[in-house]
Formats: sequence, structure tokens, C-alpha cells
Amino acid sequence: MSGTLQSVLAPHGPQAGQIATLAWVLFAFGAVILALVIATIWLAIRGTPHIREALARERTIMVFGLALPVVTLTILLFCGVWLTRAQTGHTDDAMRIEVTGEQWWWRVVYDGPTPATSANEIRIPVGQPVDFTLKAADVIHSFWVPSLGGKVDMLPGRITRLRLTAERAGVYRGQCAEYCGGPHALMGFNVIAMPRDEYEAWFVREAGPSAAASTDVERRGQSLFMAAGCGTCHAVRGTGAAGAIGPDLTHLAARGSVGIDTLPLTADNVARFIRDGQHLKPGNRMPEFRIFSPAEQTALVSYLMSLR
Amino acid sequence: MSEPSQARLAGHPNRLPRPKGELEALEAAWERPKGWRIVTAVNNTVVGYFYVGTAVLFFLLAGILALLMRLQLAVPSNTFLSPETYNQIFTMHGTVMMFLFAVPVVEAMGILLLPQMLGARDLPFPRLSAFAFWAYFVGGLIFFGTLFYDVAPSGGWFMYPPLTGAQYSPGLGADFWLLGIGFIEISAIAGAIELIVGVLRTRAPGMTLDRMPMFAWTMLIFAAMIAFAFPAVILATMLLELERAFGWPFFMPQKGGDALLWQHLFWFFGHPEVYIIFLPAAGMVSMIVPTMARTPLVGYRMIVVALIATGFFSFGLWVHHMFTTGIPALSLSFFSAASMAVAIPSGIQVFAWIATIAAGRMQLATPSLFVLGFLFIFTLGGLTGVMVAMVPFDWQVHDTYFVVAHFHYVLVGGMVFPLFGAFYYWAPAFSRRPLSERLGKVTFALMFVGFNVAFFPMHISGLMGMPRRVYTYPAVAEWGVLNMISTVGAFLFATGVLVFLLDLVRNLRPALSDPAGDVWKGASLEWMHNHVYGPRSVPLVTSRDPLWDQPGLSEQSKEGRHYLPGTVTGQRETIITSPIEAVPEALQRLPGDGWPPLLGAVFTAGFFMLLTVKYVMLAFVSGALALLMILVWMWSSDPAPLPRAEIGHGIKVSTYLSGPRSHSWWAMVVLLVVAGSLYLSFVFSYLFLWTVSPQVWPKPGQMPPSWWPILAATLLAASSGLILLAGRFLPSRNGVAFIGAIAVAVLLLGGSLGADVLSHWRAGLRPDADAHGALAYMASFLQFQLVLTLVVMAGFAIARSLAGMLNLRRRVVFDNLVLLWHYTVAQGLFGLLLVHGFPRIA
Repeated sequence: MSGTLQSVLAPHGPQAGQIATLAWVLFAFGAVILALVIATIWLAIRGTPHIREALARERTIMVFGLALPVVTLTILLFCGVWLTRAQTGHTDDAMRIEVTGEQWWWRVVYDGPTPATSANEIRIPVGQPVDFTLKAADVIHSFWVPSLGGKVDMLPGRITRLRLTAERAGVYRGQCAEYCGGPHALMGFNVIAMPRDEYEAWFVREAGPSAAASTDVERRGQSLFMAAGCGTCHAVRGTGAAGAIGPDLTHLAARGSVGIDTLPLTADNVARFIRDGQHLKPGNRMPEFRIFSPAEQTALVSYLMSLR
Repeated sequence: MSEPSQARLAGHPNRLPRPKGELEALEAAWERPKGWRIVTAVNNTVVGYFYVGTAVLFFLLAGILALLMRLQLAVPSNTFLSPETYNQIFTMHGTVMMFLFAVPVVEAMGILLLPQMLGARDLPFPRLSAFAFWAYFVGGLIFFGTLFYDVAPSGGWFMYPPLTGAQYSPGLGADFWLLGIGFIEISAIAGAIELIVGVLRTRAPGMTLDRMPMFAWTMLIFAAMIAFAFPAVILATMLLELERAFGWPFFMPQKGGDALLWQHLFWFFGHPEVYIIFLPAAGMVSMIVPTMARTPLVGYRMIVVALIATGFFSFGLWVHHMFTTGIPALSLSFFSAASMAVAIPSGIQVFAWIATIAAGRMQLATPSLFVLGFLFIFTLGGLTGVMVAMVPFDWQVHDTYFVVAHFHYVLVGGMVFPLFGAFYYWAPAFSRRPLSERLGKVTFALMFVGFNVAFFPMHISGLMGMPRRVYTYPAVAEWGVLNMISTVGAFLFATGVLVFLLDLVRNLRPALSDPAGDVWKGASLEWMHNHVYGPRSVPLVTSRDPLWDQPGLSEQSKEGRHYLPGTVTGQRETIITSPIEAVPEALQRLPGDGWPPLLGAVFTAGFFMLLTVKYVMLAFVSGALALLMILVWMWSSDPAPLPRAEIGHGIKVSTYLSGPRSHSWWAMVVLLVVAGSLYLSFVFSYLFLWTVSPQVWPKPGQMPPSWWPILAATLLAASSGLILLAGRFLPSRNGVAFIGAIAVAVLLLGGSLGADVLSHWRAGLRPDADAHGALAYMASFLQFQLVLTLVVMAGFAIARSLAGMLNLRRRVVFDNLVLLWHYTVAQGLFGLLLVHGFPRIA
């Protein structure tokens, strides 16, 4: 988790930046009004007779209770409406990524001549506006990367959109913000913003198939993968595994995590997730596979760790 | 009569000695059942006590759930609670706090306080409040008990489908929520009808609307808001339960339904709900502040206008719970403006209280401390409310701990603090001993500090990115520290509540008669010498602050020198006054204690709960028993007219009212408002789903032939005509014509419904096929409920007429039947127009 950012008050994009500015204005406004109310209460109790007499009139209600809120709220409202419009405007220079919320992971599809599918990790070029097309496969989810901007719900049967831009390279954590049952708490993901040339190099690899299994152990792992039926749910492009129920594993080994965004991708953790996934992520849709001997497990994990 | 005439004033107080035995007869009529039979009591003081006590019990239970959640979240990656248990607990915490604590407790305070405050002997329908209480008590305990059998709902208190649909929540938990809460809402509506009629028709003579205590104003608006808002969520629960049980696809996008329909219906109820909870608490503050400052409330009329404005605006901003659902920017701006506008009436109230404090000399007793705590916390909550009304800011903080902090500041600050202030303030009116000032101040200090320590850091954890409804969180440094602080604060708050309980044990000595009384020197009537029957005699009120402006009033009332110093008929009675000027209009006889309300409630609860666990036969047996109990109770209502009676000072009033002057007519009209509101929610659902999925609506050629709806409409109109005719037979001795007209009208009504359903079926429409089919049958389902009610009421009217208990003068039973009948026909005609007409023009 170190080095990742997940805070409204640490904005790293124009959308989040505008809202953070608004937030500070609102906090200042709130502090002033609260101080005003506390001060008037204090004066109403402890003030001199002269002050209290002035406060006891209906004019107090008209000035502080009616006129002041009307003026301040009207100003705030106009700021809010202006910013709402500024943030929902669209231009054509954006790249598109489709993200689907599923119980309890994120399916990510990069738009392109050959759409590339990935999961739980989104890579974007720095400075590039990205239009996210948001869908839900089962129940309602909500797509939220606090350091980059506001959230938008993902609703079954509907398509929603969100534009985000990362101004600096970095890892920005996002999390499902609409309660979606079970391990909703563990439904996180990372947005990784990279310099454009690095991104493009990465994308060429991502869009292609994974490298073929090269060692004996990996090949044995691959046949175990097929024989155990992993391909019913998971896809590995370029092989016979074409399942669409669970995350695409074509470039699993190039991602940072396995199963949960906070579970780092290591051979050990991959093995644990296969064997003990219900303990790590209670309620998740993948059954625990405890059918493998230690040697088989090593082979399977070697294969998965070779998917770059 | 804005001012009572000199002649009437001259008679007050009546200086004649009171006749012997008058007080004894009054006390005999109001004697409460002894021992365990106290459960059969229907008097507002007894029922109010039970009601408040039960609500506090649910506050404690839901509070314990909150502490369990805080323990789980105290440290990152904690395994104290499993995800499923945590999800059940947070669902139950929200549901119980909202539906089993917040709304019931203010309703309970109304039932307990209002008659005393208004100078009435009791509420106009004592058995209805007893029924509402027992339904809530039994239903609430069963609902809470689901936690111990691991069948508690886990879809959140907001129950968003599709997560709560049959596919993603296959267990019984969601059904318990839908049937249990739907049922408890019905109890809340029963209470609301009681309170509206009580406030409008049982005030002391001379207590015009403009002199009414502010708490009564807030309860009136509270109850009216319940009548408009709750039907939306009742409809929503019906739709979701029908979808779960029979696959009627209201919320399934594959079949033309839409998950957002639930959100619209839920928040159309859910947002007013916040003000439904807050307004009565504001009313309590408006009572406590003037007493503690020893000066009349400044800006009375402005506060009334502010209350009405709050009630009105609160129905126009439900979409601010849906700012992140991708709704167009223009709608967002409209609802953002409405959300900010609703802050203004609250500003008016806050500064009216401050002005009142300044006008007097604030005595810093425990109730005052709670009021000051309320002012601080509620203002902060209101300010964060303005922040979340700003759409872009809401995009960030929606569904985060910032919002958790915000609404706890509003609800705990806006409602729980005034309520605890109210407990300390009003305890002497209902207990032989006041509560302890020393323990009270300790309670306040612990609760105030604990609350802020628990909830202020949540603003920050939310801004740091922590979403709501998470059973755990990763080890991010700031989140861990902030959550630990929140947990410590929660336990501090809980300690304050424990001290309060200790205070109750040591000092609360329930007294229905001769309580400690007016320790604060208050201005309103509940501080007179009150008994289980309210004041000995009902005073003539000539001021907003009667006990301050009418010296000696309390003693005069106690000596029986005002209205109704005894019992005229030997039964329980209260004075019915006109709704605005409070001119005495009638002497209302009130029913005594008995089993039917309690048993009726138990069997009604049994019906809903047995249905939930799918014991259908037993459920219907229980339902039939419930109906029987209600009929037994109704049979003894509407007593025969007696000669005009003198209520004192030479004023003779009628002992029987019918038509628009009757309190019963008012109750029925409120019920029709509820029914109409439910139906409007349905019409909204129909049109909303059409805008989402017009493709599942049939082409005109696929509709049933138009003579079907014309036939159904003709039958409906004819049944209304027959009911009008039955009214003309009422005076004659021709019972056969009367009974015949009603019986044929029932057949026509049923026939119309049957024709409508048959026309859909023959046209090939099925309720589980698509959203349009489900809605078409839903219209008939809603109509069916009313028809069923009318069948029972018609049978009841026929039975009363055969028993000689229904005639031209004693006609309230028939008047109510007529009102509901014409409403049902109107709703049916509108339904035919919508379901058969709309697809032809759309």
C-alpha cells in the first residue's frame, strides 16, 4: 500500500483538484458560520444586557436565520452548478476504457483495434483525459478513485460515464463505493499512471497474447490449468482457456496483485488464493481448489507466474 | 372567535362548589387495570409509557450493534466479526435505529405528551394507539430476533436491488426486512392518523392553532409528512416482495425493470424521513428553551412557517441521495438548489431559539445543556449537509465516512440530544421524582464529548478515501488511527447512556397520577396537576403560555372549575373542538381498556411473520384472528347518540357527530390521503419504468379490446351509484333495500376488478413476463386490497344495520364506507385509464 494515494485532499488530477479547492472553500465557510453561531449563543447567554436585548428581537432571526443563509447559499449554489457543468462537459480527445463492476472485482477493457481485457488494475498515460464507460454485471457498484476525481455508480442495465486525468505518474487506489454485499470491503483496484511512452510499450504487450509456456514445469502447470477446468471461468488469450466469468489472466504476472488489490502478486500468494481463497476473500465466487499435490501446485503457480 | 367573548370568560373559573362524588366518578371511569392486566390498558399515558420504553430499548439494542461495529473497525484487517455478520449488523443498526427507534420514539412522545399538553383527556382513538404500539412491539422484537438465528437481512437499511433481489439475496433476511418493516410502517401510519386528529380536534377550548404549543405544531406536521412519505416505501417494499416471491420484474433490467426505481421510491420516503425525525425534536427544543429561559418563544409564527416550509421542501430533494447515479446535470442542479433551500428554515429555527435565550435568562439545567449540545452538533451537521448538497463535492464524499459523520451529526445531534433533553425535562410530569441533575450533567458531558470524539474523525477518514459499509480496511496509517479514535469515542458515548440508565433506575418512579409536577415552572398545560385522565377539568385557554399568563389556572383546573370537571355519561370522555378556533363541538365518549387491540396486533404481526417464513396456512389463520379482533373492537365503537350534554359553564354540546364534523370522518380522510399517496407512487413507478424501457410496452394492437375497460369502468360507476342509493335508503325502515343495494354494489365492484384482470390475462399479458405486465397486474393488486377492505366494511355495515345500530342519525359506519367506496372507485377509474389508455397513446 505504501506510495499509493487514496485521498480527496491529495488530488493528482484536474477533476479532483477542482473538487479539493471547492472542499477547502466549503470547510472555511462552515468554520466561519459555526463560529458565528457559537458566538451568538455565547452572547445570548453571557452577553451584556444591551447585546442580549438586541439579539432577542425577531430581526435577529430575519438577518442571521434568513438573509445570511439565502445570500451565502445562493453564492455557493452558483459555484456548485458551474463546477458540475465544468466536470460533465466532454471533448473528443479522450481515450476510452470500459470498466465493469462484478461481485467482487473489476473487469477492465481497453478500447482499441483489438480490445485488451484485464482485471483489477487500470493503466493510463499521464496527462491523458480518459473516459471511463462504467457498467455493472450483477448488482450496483460504484467506481471511485479519490485522488483523481468523484465517483460514479455502475448500474445493471445502464451505462454511466466518468472522465479522469492523472497529472503525475503514480499509483492511485480506487475502491467500490456502493455496498455490493459479501466482501464489498475488499473490492479495490489501482489506477497506475505512467509516462506516455512507457504506457504505449506496456499496452502493446497487454494487447497481445501471453508468452507460451517455456519450461517443462510451466507446461505441466498449463495442462493442469486446463484439466482442472480453470479455463471455464478464466481466459488466457492465445490458449484454449476462454472463460469469461472470472478475471482474464492473460497477463496476470504483469499485474501487481492477485485476488484482492492489497494482496501482492507473489507465487506464494497465488498458491494461497487458489487453495485458501475463501479465507482471504470470504464469499468470493471462486471455489477453493485443494485437489493439487504440492508438486502440482508449484507447477500451476509457475505457469500462472509466467503469464506476462 | 379569535378572542373568547366576555360572557364566556366571565364564567371562568366557575366558583360554585363541586358536587359530591363528581371526582370519584371521574376516577372510576378512568381506573387503570391492575397487575399484569395493565397490558390491556389503552389510555395514552400507559401506552405512551410502554411506547417510549420500547423505543428506548431498541435504541440500546441498535447501540450495542454500533459498538460491535466499532470494535471490528478499531484496527485494520480485524477478524472479530465475519463479513456476513458485520453486513447483517450494519443493516440491522440502520434499520432498527430508523424504523424501530427514531420514528417510534417521537410518535411515542407525541402519544404520551400531547393529550396533557393540549388539555385533552386522551387521544381520540385510544385503541388505535394501543394497537399501533403492540404491533410495533411484537413485530419489532421478532425482527430484531432474526439476528440470533442468522437470518437477519444483510442488504443495508436502504435495501437496494438487485442486491436484495431473489438472485443475490436468496435467504429469508430480505423478506423479514420487507414484510417486517412494511408492517411496522403501517403501525406508524396508524399512529400518525391518531396524532393528526388528536391535534386538530381535541385541543382545550380556546387553544386556537395560533396558541398551540410548538410541540403540537411539529407533531401535526410530522404526522402529515408520514401520511405522504411512508406510502412510497410501503409501495416499494410491496414491489420488491412481489418480485422476490413471484418474479414480477419491477427492478430487473433484463425484463424492463430498473434498479433506480427503488432508489426513487425509497428516497422519496427516506429524505422526508430525516425531517420526520427532526421536526418533533425541534418541537421539544421549542418547548424546553422558553421554560429554561423563562420567556415566551421569540418568533412563534416564523417558526411555524419554517416548519411548514421544511415539510414542503423535504419532499423535493430526494434525488440528492442519487447524485452519483449518472443523472443529467440539469436535474442535479435543481435538486442541489432544493437541498440548500431546506437549510434556510432550520436557520430560522436556530436563530429563533438563540433570540429566545437572549430574551430571557437561561437556567443551565440538564435539559438546557442538551439543547446547547444539540445546537452545536446540529449546526455542524447542517453545514456538512450544505457541503454534500454541492454536487461535485458529493461525488467525492458520497458513500464515504464523511457522509456517515454528516448524518450522525444531523440525526444524533438533531434528534437524540433533544430527546435526552426532553427525557430530563418531562420526567417530572410522569414520575414521582425528577431525574438527577448531577447524573444528568454527567450523562450530558459523556455523551457530548463521546459523540464528537466518535464522529468528528469520520469526516476526515471519509475524505481520506474510506468508503462506508466496509467490514474491514487495509492497514493505511491514517485510517487506523482515526478509526481507533472513533471507537474510543463510541464507548465514551455509551458510558453516558449507561449513566442515564442508572439515573432512570434510581429516580424514575412512573406515576400516572400526582407526578412530581411543575419543577421547571413551565408555561404549557402538561405542567398542570395531571392524572391518568389529564387535568381534573379542561381549562379555557386564552394565551400561548397559559400557565404564565392565566394565574391560578392549574389550581382552578384541579378544583374542577373549568370544563368537564367530571364525567357526564359515566364513561371516559374528551371534548371535541373545532380544528382552527378550538370551539367546543361535542362530547366524545372514549372506549375503555380491553384485549382486542393487543390481540389484534399480535395476530397481525403473526400474519406477516408467518407469511415471511412461508407458513401460508397458519399465516391466514392468524390474519383471520386479527380481523376478528378488530371487528370485535369496532363493534363497540360508534356508541348510540345521547341527549346533548353540558360540559360546564352552561355550554351544551352534542354527544354524537357525523359527517365532516366527526373525528372519525377526519381519520378516514387522512387514510384516503395515505391511500392516494400510495397510488401516486405507483403511477410514478409506471411512468418511470416506461421512460426507461418503452420497448416492453405493448403496441395498441396487443392491448385487450377497449370494451373490457369500458365494462369495468361501467361496473365501478354503477357500484358508486348504488352506494349513493343505499344512503337514501338509510332513513327508511326498509333495511332490505339498504342491504340489497350494498350487496349488489359489492358484487359490481368485485366484478369490475375481475373483468380487468381477465382482460389482461386473455390478451396474453403475464405479470412475470416484463415490467409492463407486472405494473398492469400491480394496478389490480392495489385495487384488490381496497376492494377486500370494502367487502369487510360492507359486511360490517350490513351487520350493524341488522342489529339496529345504523340509522340516519347513528351513521358514522356508513359515512366511512361511503368515503372509502368513492375513493376506491375513483382510483379504479384512474387505473383503467392509465393501464388501458396510456399504452394506446404512448
